Amino acid sequence: MKVRVHVSLKPGVLDPQGRAVHHALDGLGFTGVEDVRIGRTVELDVAGGTSDEDLKSMCEKLLANTVIENYRIEKVAA
Amino acid sequence: MAWRAAVVTFPGSNCDRDMAVALEAVSGTPALRVWHGDADLPERLDFIALPGGFSYGDYLRSGAMAAVSPIMRAVVEAAGRGVPVLGVCNGFQVLTEARLLPGALLRNAGQTFVCRDVRLKVENTQSLFTAGYDAGEAITIPVAHHDGNYFADADTLDRLEGEGRVAFRYLDETNGSQRAIAGVLNEAGNVLGMMPHPERAIEAAHGGTEGRRLFESVLNALVSA
Repeated sequence: MKVRVHVSLKPGVLDPQGRAVHHALDGLGFTGVEDVRIGRTVELDVAGGTSDEDLKSMCEKLLANTVIENYRIEKVAA
Repeated sequence: MAWRAAVVTFPGSNCDRDMAVALEAVSGTPALRVWHGDADLPERLDFIALPGGFSYGDYLRSGAMAAVSPIMRAVVEAAGRGVPVLGVCNGFQVLTEARLLPGALLRNAGQTFVCRDVRLKVENTQSLFTAGYDAGEAITIPVAHHDGNYFADADTLDRLEGEGRVAFRYLDETNGSQRAIAGVLNEAGNVLGMMPHPERAIEAAHGGTEGRRLFESVLNALVSA
């Protein structure tokens, strides 16, 4: 089973990387970009029977730092 | 004084030797060296140091991989028993990732690696690590980090300040840290995480000696215990 975990910074947490990319987009002439936030996608290939609980636990224990990050689990159709 | 201090080395640690040299210089006793893959710490430790560096290449997040390495289970257990634990720079990041300390260390607000001497205000002089400093004293210790921007939510920051758990604050803007926090203590006061490197300010040849009293404070606490 393929699973994608999308990790993003929580609202209110400063994202200097996003800010720099925003600035670069402005420099390229793309006007109207309101905000840029950079996250991370982790693609997992897990055994078919892996429980939602285990997936959640993987996110909470390692894949995301819930002090600063939110995560979303997406199961990808094979 | 003879004490049993251990320095943990993770793959990518690069201040572990500096830390071991500093501990020996202050105490006269060689530090024990522990590898990240070890399941156990040496017995009867008086002090554990998590050094600076780039453990596991900063993969995923700074300190995240080290926080789940085998030795950290033993470090968390020892911290719970009250063994003094100091995390410097990457060691601080590891302590927050292991949830021994609140908050997280984000990329520096200015996005650049900051490597220079910084002036710190010693905010808490009652702790195991800071008793040797004078209240409100300004000291100079070097920093060298990319991810030193301390973040915690407002409630956590208020609690840290209310409980006197902010050990050090930057006197000048350094990395965007919330409330200029440079070092924090755990609730019990036996775990300190800080971005500046006290082990790099031990002898005159380092350009300053104001890190020395941090280690001496812990030693003195042991003697009087």
